[in-house]
Amino acid sequence: MKILVCISHVPDTTSKINFKENDTKFDANGVQFVINPYDEFSLTRAMWFKEKQGATVTVVNVGNATTEPTLRKALAIGADDAIRVNTEALDGFLVAKQIAEVVKKGDYDLVLAGRESIDYNGGMVPGMLASILDFNFVNGCIGLEIDGDAATASREIDGGNEKISTNLPLIIAGQKGLVEEKDLRIPNMRGIMMARKKPLSVIEPVEVSSQTATTSFEKPAAKGAVKLVDADNVDELINLLHNEAKVI
Amino acid sequence: MSVLVFADSSEGKFKKSAFEVVSYGKKIAEQLGSNVVAVTINVADASELYTYGAEKVVSVSNDQITTFNAKAYASVLKQIASKENASAVIIDSSIDGLYLAPMVAVNLEAGYASNVVALPSSTSPFTVKRKAFSNKAFSNTIISTDVKIIGLAKNSFGVHENPVSGTTESFDAQITDADLGVKSVSVDKATGKVTIADADIVISAGRGLKGPENWGMIEELAEVLGAATACSKPVSDLGWRPHGEHVGQTGKPVASNLYIAIGISGAIQHLAGINASKVKVVINTDPEAPFFKAADYGIVGDAFEVVPTLIEKLKAFKQS
Ligand SMILES: Cc1cc2nc3c(=O)[nH]c(=O)nc-3n(C[C@H](O)[C@H](O)[C@H](O)COP(=O)(O)OP(=O)(O)OC[C@H]3O[C@@H](n4cnc5c(N)ncnc54)[C@H](O)[C@@H]3O)c2cc1C
Repeated sequence: MKILVCISHVPDTTSKINFKENDTKFDANGVQFVINPYDEFSLTRAMWFKEKQGATVTVVNVGNATTEPTLRKALAIGADDAIRVNTEALDGFLVAKQIAEVVKKGDYDLVLAGRESIDYNGGMVPGMLASILDFNFVNGCIGLEIDGDAATASREIDGGNEKISTNLPLIIAGQKGLVEEKDLRIPNMRGIMMARKKPLSVIEPVEVSSQTATTSFEKPAAKGAVKLVDADNVDELINLLHNEAKVI
Repeated sequence: MSVLVFADSSEGKFKKSAFEVVSYGKKIAEQLGSNVVAVTINVADASELYTYGAEKVVSVSNDQITTFNAKAYASVLKQIASKENASAVIIDSSIDGLYLAPMVAVNLEAGYASNVVALPSSTSPFTVKRKAFSNKAFSNTIISTDVKIIGLAKNSFGVHENPVSGTTESFDAQITDADLGVKSVSVDKATGKVTIADADIVISAGRGLKGPENWGMIEELAEVLGAATACSKPVSDLGWRPHGEHVGQTGKPVASNLYIAIGISGAIQHLAGINASKVKVVINTDPEAPFFKAADYGIVGDAFEVVPTLIEKLKAFKQS
């Protein structure tokens, strides 16, 4: 089985989010970048397939050279090789189109991505990729087994989960549950050393125009101070929620 | 030209978000000088949507898609969007909506913005405000294609009545075998419980509760308020509560009217996921807990004392 894992390069979850150039660009100054947490669940599941069922695992990112340390980290976790499509990730559609080319050229059977990236939260790339390639697609995937060409998956739904049967070729957008938190891997020294020697190929993009453009960013309005209610005066809290906030 | 709205349903009943997307679609149609057309799948009587401004409902009945199927639904929406000459398609950014919308976008060669929180600030260029950086910011995004797909964030626009005398037309959708490449085998769902997505009120508890045996009072409080229950990430990682209850940046997003956090410190990743809730209440023993900076109301106190009192007083309040 040939697996491709899509890796998004995103600010660490603790990052303070700031903008520059009149709020038109994200300010990466002082921000630590990591593998998108949702992609980490997918990458870990891919490693499981590699070790238990025999698969090759390629990781791919669409972005400029600054994303390479994140791809190296994925190699250190155990992916076999990496591809970077050398272009600015302007919108989800452009990224999906670039990855679709990689999938076609590399003949991958299974593409694992994350439910969304925690920077722009678009949640578009996997579904668009599936439609462009006309592959089957499971979003919000919390369990995946592959047997030959057949796949059984579960996905999260409102208030529960749904069991699904489908076939390869397949696109999966994963989240926690695909593997458990405790199964996530931190690269060890040996992995990091080996990652330096693994192939990371940079390929040029195909010509695609984006369909959306972000013109500016805003921060949420500053919040007023909390109203504290005495622990002995729970009636007052009920009163405030009923009469002032009007939510009960 | 029309504005197409997907009014999602489950077991023949509209989801609450259906009324919100119709209300929103009605307003966009006014902005664009066109009509709103709502699409329903396997709903016997769609006339409820007239109340929110749907002049026309296109109703699909098809026994191949009795449960949600993203690819087949996307194909249905494409067929109807072409027939109705849609210039915009509105889909809620719920779990199912986020599954469906990117496929509709590719089918229609349309640009797509998800998690949109307001009406377009301009229709030319078509500009929408959407959530970004896990609720830590918003982005203003231009959609430059002829057809636009908008994913509407829950509880961002609200449900607005706007009664019209509408009509319902049935539509015979063509569904191929390829559309059904992903099959639902079974659904495991707690019955009679409010879901986090649907809930107006969410009661959430964290590691401050010490252990799973102490969740009885959380469930009771939720029951008194007709609320859904949720938890912080470590609580689900420890197996105290199911993963489906994990809320925050890497869990489910919450956009309820009221969010009550009990024994939750208010880590940045937790707050990111629940910040879209309108009113936030925190109950925590530690006055320095970061949650107090994000909350509207707070009690510095021991959950094991405050929550039982709150339950008792709320019961009395509900009866009065
Ligand atoms: C990549 C990444 C992603 C993450 N994503 C998420 C996410 O999506 N959601 C999430 O929740 N977290 C997430 N986290 C974890 C987050 O950083 C915090 O660790 C977590 O939210 C803390 O959970 P907690 O508030 O339940 O526990 P704690 O931080 O341990 O807080 C417990 C609180 O309970 C209070 N308390 C103790 N006893 C009582 C009592 N008797 N009565 C009242 N209060 C009491 C304490 O004062 C304390 O404030 C993520 C972390 C990382 C690194």
